[in-house]
Amino acid sequence: MKCNDANTISPGRMRSWRFSGYSRYSDRIFSNLTLVFALVIVGILLGLVVVLTIDAMPAIRRFGLAFLSSSTWDPVREAFGALPAIYGTLLSSAIGLIIAVPISLGAAIFLVELAPSWLKGPASLVIEMLAAIPSVIIGLWGLFVLVPFVRSPIESWLGSKLGFLPLFQGPPFGVGFLAAGIILAIMVIPIITAVSRDAMRAVPNEQREAMFALGATRWETIRQAVLPYCRSGLVGAIILGLGRALGETMAVTMVIGNSYALTASLFSPGATIASKIASEFSEASGGVFIGSLVELALILFAVTLLVNVAARLLVWRMTSVKAAKE
Amino acid sequence: MYKSIPKWSIPLAVMLLLALVLTACSTPAPAPAPTPTPTPKPTPPVPTPSQPVNLNGAGATFPAPLYTKWFDEYFKLTGAKINYQAIGSGGGITQITEGTVDFGASDGIMTAEQLAKSEAARGPILHIPMTSGAVAVVYNLAGVSTGQLKLTSDVLADIYLKKIAKWNDPRIAALNPDVKLPDTAIGVVHRSDGSGTTYIFTNYLSKVSDEWKTKVGNATSVNWPGDIGGQGNAGVAGQVQQIPGAIGYVELAYAVQNKLPWAQLKNAAGKFIEPSLAATTKAAEGVTLPDDMKVMITNSSNPDAYPISGFTWILAYVNQTDKAKGETLVKMLWWAVHDGQKYVTPLDYAPLSSAAVTKAENEILSIKYQGQPLLSR
Repeated sequence: MKCNDANTISPGRMRSWRFSGYSRYSDRIFSNLTLVFALVIVGILLGLVVVLTIDAMPAIRRFGLAFLSSSTWDPVREAFGALPAIYGTLLSSAIGLIIAVPISLGAAIFLVELAPSWLKGPASLVIEMLAAIPSVIIGLWGLFVLVPFVRSPIESWLGSKLGFLPLFQGPPFGVGFLAAGIILAIMVIPIITAVSRDAMRAVPNEQREAMFALGATRWETIRQAVLPYCRSGLVGAIILGLGRALGETMAVTMVIGNSYALTASLFSPGATIASKIASEFSEASGGVFIGSLVELALILFAVTLLVNVAARLLVWRMTSVKAAKE
Repeated sequence: MYKSIPKWSIPLAVMLLLALVLTACSTPAPAPAPTPTPTPKPTPPVPTPSQPVNLNGAGATFPAPLYTKWFDEYFKLTGAKINYQAIGSGGGITQITEGTVDFGASDGIMTAEQLAKSEAARGPILHIPMTSGAVAVVYNLAGVSTGQLKLTSDVLADIYLKKIAKWNDPRIAALNPDVKLPDTAIGVVHRSDGSGTTYIFTNYLSKVSDEWKTKVGNATSVNWPGDIGGQGNAGVAGQVQQIPGAIGYVELAYAVQNKLPWAQLKNAAGKFIEPSLAATTKAAEGVTLPDDMKVMITNSSNPDAYPISGFTWILAYVNQTDKAKGETLVKMLWWAVHDGQKYVTPLDYAPLSSAAVTKAENEILSIKYQGQPLLSR
C-alpha cells in the first residue's frame, strides 16, 4: 500500500520534498563529514612526518648532512650513512622502469587500440590479477626461479659479451641490482598497463575518427592523436609505477642480495632503503642505530615526494607547452 | 529516469540500516541480563596466590620452536598459559626494558648500554641459560659432501674478510689435501637481518681474528666485508644452495633439518670437529662459567667442543613486581632447566651441561618479590 502511495507522489510534492530543509541539512552534514575525512588523511601524513623526525633525531644530531653522503653502515661502531641505500633505491627503480615502461605502454596500446574485442576482457583480467599477487610471493618466485635464470644465462652472457663495461663486471651471483630491477619491472607492469589503458580509453573516439578520415594509418593515429591526448595520464601511470618501485620492500629484499655496496656493476648485490629497514629494524638496538633506520625512512619519504613533485612539474610543463602550441 | 529508483527508497534504506545497526548494538546488552538470575552462584574469580597466571614473553627467534613446545607442555602440566612472541633478540630486550613483557629472550648478551637502561628502570636483570645452539658453516661445492671440508679459524675469518677469494687458495688446499677444490670465486653469504646467529658467529670470529675484531667486530648486525645477505636462516641457506662456490652460516638445527653440507672446524684444542648437539653441549663443559652466566662459550677450550656454540637466555628481573606472575615465572624456569631439557634434543637443540644447570638454578632462586625469594629448594 505504502509502496503505491509513494509511487504516485506528484512531481510537485516530490520537488518540495527534495529541496526542503532536509536536503540542505544533509548537504552540510555531508560536506563536513568529507572535510573531516580529508583532514584525517592530512593529519596522518603530518603525524607520520613528525613521529619519524622525532625518532630520527639521535641520528640527525649525530651525523647531520653527512648521513646522506656517507656509505658505511656499521652497527658495531654506530657509524651510519645512507648513500648506498639511496643509490640502490634509485638504481633498482630505474632498471625496473626501463624494462617496464615500453612493455606496459605497448600492452596498453594493444589492449585499447588493436586487440580483438574477445581478447580485451581476458587480457585485462590477467594483468589485474598480476597486480594482485602479494609481493612476498613474487619475491619467493624471484628467489627460486628468476635469480637462477638471471645468474645464467643472463648475467654470464652479459659478463662474457659486455664485460668491458663497468655495468656488467663482477661475479654473477644472480642476486643483485639487476634481479631487483627485473622483479620491480614485473611488479609495476600491471599498474602502468592498467592506468595507461584507462587513460587511452578516455581519449574521445572523434580524435581517432578524424585522423582516419585524414587518411592516417593506425600507427599515425595512435602516435599523433591518441598518445598526445592522454600524455599526462601516461606520465601519471608511470609515476604510480615508480612510486611502487621506490617503496617495494619484501620482493626486493629477497632478491637484491642485501650488501651495503656502492658499485657501478648491475651484478653486484646491493640494498634499497626499504630493504635495509625491513632487514634490520627488528633487531636494531640503541638510539643511534634505530634513529638511522628511521632517518632512512624519512629519506625514502622525501625521495618519493621529490619524484612526485618532479613528475607533476613535468606533466604541467608538457600540458602547458601543448596548450601554447595550439 | 526518476521513476526507476523510487525516491522513498533512500530514506527507507537508511532507516533500515540504522535499525539494523541499533539492533546489532543493542543485542549484547539484553542478552547477558537474564543470565545472572538463572545461575545460582555467581562466584567472582578470586585469584589465589598459588593459582598459575598467564605470562607474556618476547624475544629471540632461534629458540622459538623449543619455547613453543615447552610452553605447550607446561600448560598441559600446570594450566599456566605462557605466550611467547618470537620478535627477535633486540625486540625482546627492548620489551623487557620497557616492562611490556614478563620475560625476554635473547641469543646475545645485553650490551652495557642496554643493561644500564633496563637496570635503571627495573633493577638487576638475569640472563638465565635455557639451551645452547651452534652455528654450522655450510657451503656449496660440487662433489664435496658434508663434513669433508676442513677449515681453521683463521682461514674462516679471512674468507669472511674477503682476503681469501678463491676455493683453490693454497691455504684452503693445505687443509684439504684430499678434496678437489675448484677455481671458483667464494661467494660469502651472511644474514642480512640482525640475528643472534650472527652474534655468535661474529663473536667467534672476533675471538680468533684480531683483524676481524678491529675491522668488523661482534654484534647482531655488522658491517660485512662479504658479498651477499640472506634473510633468515632460510635466506642464507637458499643463497648457499643456489650459488656454486658459496659459503654461509646457519643454525645447526636448520642445517640438520635441511641436510646442508657443513664444514669441520678446528677448535681451540686443535681438533677438527663436526657440528653436533653433543659437541655443542661440550662447549660449556670444562670451562669456568661465571655466576651471572653472561658468557659466550665460542672457541671453547674443551677438546671435544664445537667452537661456534652459544647459550640462549631468558631475561628476567630479579625483583618481580607481581607475586602471582613471579611465582609462575620461577616455577616455569625451574621446570625448563630440569624436566624441560628432555624436549631439547628432539628439536635439535643442545641440552645444558650440568654445570650450566647449577648456575641457572642459583639464578632462578635469586628471583624475589619484595625482598623474599619466590622459590626455595
